[in-house]
Amino acid sequence: MGKHQALVHHEGDAVAVVIMDIAKGTAVSSVTLEGQDQGTVTATQDIPLGHKIALRDIEQGSDVIKYGRSIGEATQNITAGQHVHTQNVKSQRWA
Amino acid sequence: MDLQLTGYRRQNGQVGVRNYVLIIPIDDISNACVEGVASLIRGTYALTHPYGRLQFGDDLDLTMNTLIGTGSNANIAGCIVIGIEPKWTEWVANGIAKTGKPVESFSIERYGDLKTIEMASRAAMKMVQYASELQREPISMGDLIVSAKCGESDTTLGLASNPAIGRVFERMLAVGATAIFGETSETTGAEDKIADACINDDVRIEFLKTFQDYQDFIIGTGADLLGSQPTQGNIRGGLSTIEEKALGNVAKMGNCKVASVLQPAQAPTGPGLHFMDSSSAAAEMVTLCAAGGSVLHFFTTGQGNIIGNPIIPVMKISANPLTVATMPEHIDVDITDMLRLEMTLDEAADAVMEMMAHNINGRLTAAEVLRHEEFVITKLYRSA
Repeated sequence: MGKHQALVHHEGDAVAVVIMDIAKGTAVSSVTLEGQDQGTVTATQDIPLGHKIALRDIEQGSDVIKYGRSIGEATQNITAGQHVHTQNVKSQRWA
Repeated sequence: MDLQLTGYRRQNGQVGVRNYVLIIPIDDISNACVEGVASLIRGTYALTHPYGRLQFGDDLDLTMNTLIGTGSNANIAGCIVIGIEPKWTEWVANGIAKTGKPVESFSIERYGDLKTIEMASRAAMKMVQYASELQREPISMGDLIVSAKCGESDTTLGLASNPAIGRVFERMLAVGATAIFGETSETTGAEDKIADACINDDVRIEFLKTFQDYQDFIIGTGADLLGSQPTQGNIRGGLSTIEEKALGNVAKMGNCKVASVLQPAQAPTGPGLHFMDSSSAAAEMVTLCAAGGSVLHFFTTGQGNIIGNPIIPVMKISANPLTVATMPEHIDVDITDMLRLEMTLDEAADAVMEMMAHNINGRLTAAEVLRHEEFVITKLYRSA
């Protein structure tokens, strides 16, 4: 334990939460809360503690999956390793 | 866990963990009198607030119910109620008196501030001496009414802090305790999870109606809520949308069922977990929980909300290592090890409950020591 840089709520989520500040170019390994390995992606941007990293490519207009369900819609194409936040995802409820 | 807990058993059987004498103003213009009494009489607290004049309808009822509920809270030994005129003053005093605790009321018209301060101070003095003789006695966890909400949330709440409170609630409810949660707008995107947890169809229908009413209110303003809900602090902490925030928020239910839907400031009528229709603004929501009878509040925070309350201990729980490192004086329970998977959910719940026992037995929370005493009445609309 303690070797991961990011946590995934549900297996199959498109994003993980980084648990430390991540510099561009860092290999980020993710695990579930139960400690199951979810693979490694290379950060293509700096990502602050608590923010999300894309684990796979996410197409513009598609759901961003966290907790095993949609937390919003991608407003542009997102590639694996990118910082996922308000610049590229928006609410599907009040927006 | 075998926690040794003590508290004050009140006339109506409810159990408090603090023992305050409150001086309650009915209206804004009675604040000066209330502060006069509190400055003269040691052991009293002036519950000042800016409202109580020309309110009407539901808004008036909510202010009065908030004042009555606050005075009725089991953390309060007795109350002095002061208003400009007798009618509304007695409304609140009579509401509090139903608990059986000592209440005395004074109105300022026909006397003026100075005579009122003298009369109220003499009554307050006797009440403090009465309260100071009350003794703590052993209580059980099932006697307690507690509450939870999160603030300055970030992604660490959904990962760690809120599931930890969910586990605490599961344990407390198993022995008969009562718990309150809410934050109606902040369930948007996860409202189905609360609906699924409702104990029966009646409660589910009531929850969904309460939820939809708040949605209609928000959408009806036509405003863009990004920056308000989620807040700028939430966004700084990595939460991108209301759905993401809500999915973390509802984790504090754990596997508990929702026993009822409460109006703002309404007291639960039985044990279990209750959803209170409420704003997500920290001070407003904690004030409503305390008015509903909560004697201790679990406040999970990501980015570091510093809120407290004048009548109930507000415990801060955080799993964000940056916040725990930079704002340590505000955090009562550090569960940052959960992010490294070096602390299990049960171990985090143990840590919260051990500190809860200390706080119940008299240890002051960080917010209490730092004088965070935010009493904020929810105002529904402008006065007449």
